[in-house]
Amino acid sequence: MKQFEYVRPASVAEAVAAAARPGAAYLAAGTNLLDLMKGGVSRPDRLVDITHLDGLDRIERLADGSLRIGALVSNADLAHDAEFARCYPAVAEALLSGASAQLRNAATVGGNLLQRTRCAYFYDTASRCNKREAGSGCDARGGENRTHAVLGWSESCIATHPSDFCVPLVALDAIVEIEGRAGRREIALDDLHRLPGETPARETALEPGDLIVAVRLPPAAREFAAHARYLKVRERTSYAFAVVSAAAALRIENGRIRDVRLALGGVAARPWRARAAEDLLKGATPAKDVFREAARRALADAKPSGDNAFKIELARRIVVRALTLAAAGTPARIPALPASPLASTSGAIHA
Amino acid sequence: MNHSISLTVNGARRDFVLDDVRVTLLDLLRERLHLTGTKKGCDRGQCGACTILVDGKRINSCLALAISHDGADILTIEGVARGDQLHPLQAAFIAHDGFQCGFCTPGQIMSAIGMMREGQAGDDPERIRECMSGNLCRCGAYAGIVDAVREAQAGMDESNQRRSA
Amino acid sequence: MPELNLTSAPAHLRHGSNIGQPLTRRDGVLKVKGQATYAADNHPPGMLFAVMAVSSIARGRVTSLDIAAAKRHPGVVDVMTPDHKPPLAVDPEVKTNPFVFRMEVLQSNEVRYANQPIAVVIAETLEAATEGAVLLAPRYEALPALVGLDAGESYVPPVVGVGNPTENHRGDVEAGLASAEKQIDATYETPPQYHNAMEPHAIVAHWDGDHLSIDMPTQGLMLSLARIAELFGIAHDKIHIRSPFLGGGFGSKGLMAGPPTLGIMAAKLVGKPVKLVLRREQMFGPVGHRAPTRQRLRIGADGEGRLTAIDHHARTVSSTFDDFYEPAADASHTLYAAPAIRTSHDAVRVNTGTPLFMRAPGEATGSLALESAIDEMAWACGLDPLAFRLKNYAEVEPITGRPFSSKALRACYEQGAARFGWAQRVREPRQMRDDAGLLVGWGMGTATFPALMFQAEARAVIRRDGSGAMEIGAHDMGQGAWTALAQIAADAVGLDIDRVDFKAGTSDLPDAGIAGGSAHTATAGAAIHSAGAAVIAKLADLATGDERSPLFGAGNAGVIARDGKLIRRDDASRSESYADILSRAGLVEVEARGTGAPNPAAMQDYAMHAHGAVFAEVKVDPELGQVRVARMVGAFAAGRIVNPHLVRSQLYGGMIWGLSFALHEEAITDRRSGRIMNANLAEYHIPVNADVPPLDVITVEEHDPHVNALGIKGVGEIGITGSAGAVANAVWHATGVRVRRFPIKIEELLTDL
Repeated sequence: MKQFEYVRPASVAEAVAAAARPGAAYLAAGTNLLDLMKGGVSRPDRLVDITHLDGLDRIERLADGSLRIGALVSNADLAHDAEFARCYPAVAEALLSGASAQLRNAATVGGNLLQRTRCAYFYDTASRCNKREAGSGCDARGGENRTHAVLGWSESCIATHPSDFCVPLVALDAIVEIEGRAGRREIALDDLHRLPGETPARETALEPGDLIVAVRLPPAAREFAAHARYLKVRERTSYAFAVVSAAAALRIENGRIRDVRLALGGVAARPWRARAAEDLLKGATPAKDVFREAARRALADAKPSGDNAFKIELARRIVVRALTLAAAGTPARIPALPASPLASTSGAIHA
Repeated sequence: MNHSISLTVNGARRDFVLDDVRVTLLDLLRERLHLTGTKKGCDRGQCGACTILVDGKRINSCLALAISHDGADILTIEGVARGDQLHPLQAAFIAHDGFQCGFCTPGQIMSAIGMMREGQAGDDPERIRECMSGNLCRCGAYAGIVDAVREAQAGMDESNQRRSA
Repeated sequence: MPELNLTSAPAHLRHGSNIGQPLTRRDGVLKVKGQATYAADNHPPGMLFAVMAVSSIARGRVTSLDIAAAKRHPGVVDVMTPDHKPPLAVDPEVKTNPFVFRMEVLQSNEVRYANQPIAVVIAETLEAATEGAVLLAPRYEALPALVGLDAGESYVPPVVGVGNPTENHRGDVEAGLASAEKQIDATYETPPQYHNAMEPHAIVAHWDGDHLSIDMPTQGLMLSLARIAELFGIAHDKIHIRSPFLGGGFGSKGLMAGPPTLGIMAAKLVGKPVKLVLRREQMFGPVGHRAPTRQRLRIGADGEGRLTAIDHHARTVSSTFDDFYEPAADASHTLYAAPAIRTSHDAVRVNTGTPLFMRAPGEATGSLALESAIDEMAWACGLDPLAFRLKNYAEVEPITGRPFSSKALRACYEQGAARFGWAQRVREPRQMRDDAGLLVGWGMGTATFPALMFQAEARAVIRRDGSGAMEIGAHDMGQGAWTALAQIAADAVGLDIDRVDFKAGTSDLPDAGIAGGSAHTATAGAAIHSAGAAVIAKLADLATGDERSPLFGAGNAGVIARDGKLIRRDDASRSESYADILSRAGLVEVEARGTGAPNPAAMQDYAMHAHGAVFAEVKVDPELGQVRVARMVGAFAAGRIVNPHLVRSQLYGGMIWGLSFALHEEAITDRRSGRIMNANLAEYHIPVNADVPPLDVITVEEHDPHVNALGIKGVGEIGITGSAGAVANAVWHATGVRVRRFPIKIEELLTDL
């Protein structure tokens, strides 16, 4: 790990000023940043430690019915907040399906949003990677890319965003509060992560010094609590990144889908909101056929970026399954294996 | 540049000067405080061998900068038993053969203590398996680990009940 | 190393004999308190840290290293490179015996595989050494990497495994296939796998003049010592290696490898103790792995479902500079009674570190292919997989015609099937679902592993205070040597286990051979048994030849040793304690040595194998393809069970490796660069707790009078064999999809619409 200057600011304003300098990076829990620094993928000159800042670790219910989650709230504290899990069950389930209990205890909400891709060529500093080093090329294209992007990728970059948490958040129109050199602003989470295009090194809408201070769920987000699921296909039962994942949230009134939110994970450089599918579903009666059509629409623009054509079919299927499970109703308690398709392995077997 | 930090490690306050800000909690414990019970299996948060409790919560000490945890209260495997008196989990790990080579064991035990404090798993073996999945065991002692956790938990519940009765 | 303070578990069972009792681990308290000292836990005064820089190309040469940049980093003491290193006494490229593998110890700038050590940075702190290695910023001249099973011209290696013939045959395979009513011709592929013990390879090396003191995990203390002595040109008695605990070995810590050698060189270079620990990603290269295989099985069966021929060919790889060949096809030698069997191997050379033994080398890979093919044939013949296996049960070893020294496989099948409920199985695939709609499948596999013996020596002592000691440089990798061998020792000297000072794990003790081949308990146990018998014989001579002893005249064979006493065989009321015998003889102690070794005559006459039957239930999401094993039952017959508690754990571990083989483990190599793209534990998947279902192990009673004096066959590796096949066959039974490339992946199983 490169030597760096360690800065512990006393206020958010001080933090922003300290982090605006070139080569600076924010340190929260460090569960992703330290991993990247140990691998030589990130080599910051200066770490601005925000973990001692006051006021960023609160979960607050606002007067308008929004929920404001401080950027330093840990993934575990958020997921285990009973009120939060009741109102936003798919988000809690997504959180609990990510990483391990140890990592969830440390990792923060803000850090989760900004975690970097798991693309092996991004991590392997001997490989060419346009994300790590602009203009160097992409060795993932034509390489071992079975788990890479099928939506929104470019010739420059086929990496995916690895977050589980972001998938239901994007579905629920989460808003990101940012403190920057020009003061506070907010953007939709859906606008935080950029698609690679020609400039995959530019991953987010953040400017130098920008600090995510909170994530807000708007009042409408809680209206889906009765029919919301996150589902994640993995290569081992736990402690694995998603091959593909989906968050589905429905508002069902009188047997019809009054409102719907749908997003996919593991398929693109950002959590992928499936608005065309949502449009189709609005007003429909929940049923397999319409779910399948929604899945078709959600993946209409998908194309393989390598040996990963199966992910398109898998993504369609997970959309159908997530919608089906959401329509069936949020379980009373988060399943023993959160977000796992194999969560409900009951005893009886039928020939 | 040197930084003075203080930590409470296994109940004792330790003040020291950190000559390198890159030192992780894991390397601080192992290489500077010579508390080598906490193990380094991957150094990247992918195996759980370095699990310790920080302010009562289990984390991977390999991905925690020591300097950022100035003032923290740390519990490592060395602080779990009271002298010769093993913690119920330690005794249960022995009774159920919850390890073979023993290298992941300190991390497993610290993780299990953290899990019991979190109170999410209860006695459900499936939830215990899920909640202990952040600790890899290459020897494959998982069955014994789950049995040990259940037994220790049951024993501790019982003694808590006795105490409150 | 502080004195080990081993404790026996509280309130363990005891019925007069130690062997056979389920004692808990005597090193258990140390391990649960974090007090068991692994190599990297040592920190001698003045110790420096060494970190390897490794190659990012797979083939070519290093053209430059920025040594100045590394040295400018505060705390960096020195950089060891091909141009700046202590000399070795012998060329590391020279193979002096089959257990010497070529290693990369900075002998040149040539790069032969990715992750090969190319320099070592030594510094006052770990942080400085780690960054120093990065600052070297190597430049290379790269050549195209040879990658994969089709990397180049294939050739037939002279031997496979450790000296096995490359080809074997019995009967006329082509005729057998031609006459067959049913034929299977299927090709299976298994990936490269890396041992990934939780403890990375590590060494703390300390030179004191020409004395060398080493803390290092090793499965072969004396083999390592001999290799170090040879490399550094020093006498054996100048070297002391401590390896009281290994954080897992699985074959990768059996032979001296390059990285620990570099640690010793670094300590010599700087004249101070040095600790060198591999980073996890560095475990994927210089310390061995299981080579990939492509196996073609052609099997014939007659109209009754009796095998007519098995033709098993395996393609594997070795490195470009040394030879180790996964003997995969040999798995077909022992299990099924085909009148014609042919096994053969070929190989290609690739730019990897040299493959090595990895838990059940050959047996694991070969068994998965064979058990899959047998399952395919059972289906083709319209038979239940168990019925098919019973129909082709081998009463003698098929490839040699030799009788088995013992074989309780039939009992394994019966007991395993009964426990599992196999009789309820529907023969057709894709017939079972659970309440949640998941596909359910049941599969089985036969397990087998040879009962091997190597060479070992032990020293037994009886002391005047009535206690005993047993010394043997044995290795505890987690299998439980501290406990199981101490149990054997206690019985060998007729003492309670707490009265025997059992010493192991250091190189100054008698040579225990290698902890490998599932043979350590048998081999070291035989040496202990024999040393114990020899020391008791000396004691008996003292007593029975002394007219003051109540045992006078009983004759050496007329007494037995128990509970610290010699007792007349024909009159149990006449006995004398060890303490009394020695004190009357005016001796402080008596000692004797004993050896354990294979019995060549028995090996000639008998085929010696452990056996087992594994049954697995899997659940598969029919739409999403994700698989989870729901339960496994394994029934194993492996001769005498020294400690059922530890044996169960070993078998569990093996079964989990089998599960992992079928569903998870795979090193993914970039076809262009030859670099492993998942050289980490996040993406090189080994099972987590949630992957492992309730497991059930049955140890089937088996007495083997031929394998060794104690009748022990070994249980370290057999658990993988059979298990991988059982899981794979269960996936077929669940889905109707026969996957022949492992691990089985999600995309193969997207069946339901």
